[in-house]
Amino acid sequence: MFRIIAAVIGRDLKLAMRRQADIVSALFFFIIVVSLFPLGIGPEPELLRKLAPGVLWVAALLATMLSLPRMFADDHRDGTLEQLALAPHPLGLVVTGKVIAHWLVSGLPLALIAPVLGIQFDLSTDALLMLTGAILIGTPALSGIGAIGAALTLGLRGGGVLLSLLVLPLYIPVLIFGAGAVDATVAGLGGEGHLSLLAALTFASLGFAPWASAAALKIALE
Amino acid sequence: MLEADNLECVRGERRLFAGLGFKLEAGELLYLQGKNGSGKTSLLRMLIGLLPPEAGEIRWKGESIKSDEFRADLCYLGHLNAIKEELTPLENLLASAHLADEALSEDDALDALEQVGLAGREDLACKYLSQGQKRRVALARLVKEKRPLWILDEPFVALDIAAVDWLAGIISGHLQRGGLAVMTTHQLVDIPAGTVRELRLS
Repeated sequence: MFRIIAAVIGRDLKLAMRRQADIVSALFFFIIVVSLFPLGIGPEPELLRKLAPGVLWVAALLATMLSLPRMFADDHRDGTLEQLALAPHPLGLVVTGKVIAHWLVSGLPLALIAPVLGIQFDLSTDALLMLTGAILIGTPALSGIGAIGAALTLGLRGGGVLLSLLVLPLYIPVLIFGAGAVDATVAGLGGEGHLSLLAALTFASLGFAPWASAAALKIALE
Repeated sequence: MLEADNLECVRGERRLFAGLGFKLEAGELLYLQGKNGSGKTSLLRMLIGLLPPEAGEIRWKGESIKSDEFRADLCYLGHLNAIKEELTPLENLLASAHLADEALSEDDALDALEQVGLAGREDLACKYLSQGQKRRVALARLVKEKRPLWILDEPFVALDIAAVDWLAGIISGHLQRGGLAVMTTHQLVDIPAGTVRELRLS
């Protein structure tokens, strides 16, 4: 079981390394969107501190959305998806591998760069740590939920817009608890409660989403 | 071994075929023939379990084909090559073997690539290969393939004459080992070994 997940992750990471433009463009999108806010709002530390969690999280959601349409589309176009569906394992395991690989190349870089961007919003060290932790814990849920949308819109013309309409509303809980964790830390209340809820969302979506995506992929392959 | 019973296929509003059945035993090859749009590829997709039939049933070794065991016995080659443009031929072969849970050593993979005439190009990304060479990378999977049921969709397309002969040899070797094969083709290629049966869709 772990062998197949590892094989899928290994292959997807190798492909991502050969096509670094995809990773870099999503990351730069995140950096630029977040950096525009302090420039547009002006140097008011009080206001920036208040806006920071929401801005960073919304930008993280949008940056994740950028790479979602390609999650299964490339494999579908060149016929690899058929072969994956015909492999002698449940398709859900294959999708689990793809979700983890997607997180490694889209969610993880966001978490690593977020504290640097947070400095522009005059966040304290505690808040920056909490921000990194929240993005680290919350983004796997984004990849998981996104996989369902990517599978459902596979092969549709104009699927990208439909994908956003399907997936963004489902991202709302992650946004609320993710931004809430940082907010609570800024207010001095401690964000651990929010983090626990975020972790619960991540585990639930990693357990459930691959199987729902697998069912949608089977329909797309008919 | 492979039995199809009373299959019916409906695509869109059209019924492509109904009441179709056949039985295939070890060492037998089934040639599917028919015009474009007669449902050859649909039938193949039913046989591999990706397209559920409107009616009827397909059995492998007496069991329904919905099991993981059936897929462990199946090797499918579609009209898409299922190779990654960014990876080299060698990496493609090894990756597809890993994902299908098959043991394939690097030496075996190199040997297979040499047999399909890609020696010296193992380390070149597939996007730099020609259409025919890409097809050869996809076909290289068959060289070391030990799974008993091969389902091939137009395997001879884009191949030159020498490669067609080579592939016919690979398929007859498979039949001699007691394997089964189902394939569609527009060019009737002589397969030297095994029992060849034909099914014409109209």
